[in-house]
Amino acid sequence: MEETILKRWSRELTIAGAIVLFLLPLIGIPGKTYMTLTIAGLAMGMLLFLVASGVSIIFGLMDVLNFAHGALFAWGAYVGFTVFGYLMKWVEADSVLQNFAAFSLAIVAAMVVVSLVGIVLEKVIVRRVYGSHLFQILITFGATIVLVELIRVFWGPNDEVMTVPLTFSKSWDIMDIIINRYRVICIAVGLVVYGVIQLILKKTKLGTIVRAGVEDRDMVQAMGHNIFLLFTGVFAAGAALAALGGLTMSLFSLQVYPDMGGTYLLFAFIVVIIGGLGSVTGSLVGALIVGLTYNYVAYLVPWAAAGANIMIMIIILLIRPTGLFPVGK
Amino acid sequence: MEEERSVNDAILKVEKAHTFIGQHHILQGISFESKADAVTVLIGRNGAGKSTALRTVIGLLPPSEGKIFFKGEEIQKKKPYEIARMGIGFVPENMGIFAGLTVEENMRVAMLVEDEATTQRLERALDMFADLRKFWKGKAGNLSGGQKQMLAIARAIVNDTSLLLIDEPSKGLAPIIVDAVIEAINQIKDHSVVVLVEQNFYMASSVGDYFYIMDDGMVVHGGIMEELVHDEGLKSKYLGISKTGD
Repeated sequence: MEETILKRWSRELTIAGAIVLFLLPLIGIPGKTYMTLTIAGLAMGMLLFLVASGVSIIFGLMDVLNFAHGALFAWGAYVGFTVFGYLMKWVEADSVLQNFAAFSLAIVAAMVVVSLVGIVLEKVIVRRVYGSHLFQILITFGATIVLVELIRVFWGPNDEVMTVPLTFSKSWDIMDIIINRYRVICIAVGLVVYGVIQLILKKTKLGTIVRAGVEDRDMVQAMGHNIFLLFTGVFAAGAALAALGGLTMSLFSLQVYPDMGGTYLLFAFIVVIIGGLGSVTGSLVGALIVGLTYNYVAYLVPWAAAGANIMIMIIILLIRPTGLFPVGK
Repeated sequence: MEEERSVNDAILKVEKAHTFIGQHHILQGISFESKADAVTVLIGRNGAGKSTALRTVIGLLPPSEGKIFFKGEEIQKKKPYEIARMGIGFVPENMGIFAGLTVEENMRVAMLVEDEATTQRLERALDMFADLRKFWKGKAGNLSGGQKQMLAIARAIVNDTSLLLIDEPSKGLAPIIVDAVIEAINQIKDHSVVVLVEQNFYMASSVGDYFYIMDDGMVVHGGIMEELVHDEGLKSKYLGISKTGD
């Protein structure tokens, strides 16, 4: 009887539990600071989602552990950095239109260039190691070294300051709560990307085939679909998402440096494990959990910020070993 | 000339195929063929290599040696999606249902082209398996075992397939559902040649026209199903079926 009630109300109980956890930091954080941290956490979560969703889809469909995802992320940031260099007048102009034009062009360039790098990576390297996780880790780790060294060759070994478009760097003051505009833009970009991915996956035939491939790729092949072409396309899309994540994150952290991918790749793997491999919604929820936790804990107990997310990952794995939104295989 | 004619007579012809799974030598030079307008049954005990034979034909386990002809064309080096696009449908032993997708989405993934002919075949499949229409918008993972088997078969016949490979469709199903599947296969064989892997002799003999007995990765006997039905010695030796029971 009790079990039936729990089952019937499981959705409501989960939502109630999530709201309680979400509001829990209010015990130790003043209200206005809490709001600022929440917006920063949501923005960071959305940026992590951009990186993690690519990792998740690539692993879910292709069963490929892509350790080069971090390097692709860094490439995205550097391509954006270059575009901003050419369009510095637009970046520094006090014009929303010119700022958005520079931002949009940088995004397009980063996604196109890095998806092409992703296609080469998949066709030349990754395709040879399908089915072997050990070789995938080794070979994509090797690819990371090459890609990072290429960054040093093309852009130099030093850290560079990333210039945020002028109007993005300003803040809104709403009832004494300071809201940085760029953080709101990050949240909007994350939501748009999530919406587009969901639209493609749920409403198009291609997306349906990709979802079917995540469950059983042999069967998708036996139904007449060229899974290898699909793999290349998914890898390119994952690389493009990494590039978008890299560019937007570099504007968040105000710098680019050759090794920047490694730091965020660790977060991305935590997000993907929490959310469930292969699930885009899982990546979004996982990323928001990680982003919010990081910001709240960094304020309350700064030294425990990174560890708190690993603790959450361990707890979720103990309760649900396949993550919050498992995809059936 | 003689050999060429024999290749052309059969819609599917497997010649001395050897297949390995890892280091295990599963198929050890099997040969069989499937004639047009007939149901050919691969029958044998567990582990005889029947399922591997079908996966070899569809290209999921390519043979290391031997040849496979479909409508006279060699296919053993082709990729599974190329083989499927030639007109071969496949229903695996585990049914291969995409549990997280709806019944409608499962059918959509199966439809290689969405033209009028495909729509007609879809309607025919839905008429054959009325439950699929009932649960059209429901998650395929929530279907019963029999309904999943119906969905698996419906997906395989929605395209213009001239050969259908079905792996143990009776596995785990209640007798009444097995009868429904038998009826479905008997309808399908009017439109498409069927190669069936089956352990259930009742089902095999109900739909089969020809048979091949497999044992330890080899084809040990083949012929007309009618002969096997009356050959108690063969049934006892390879299928473990005695005269008094099955």
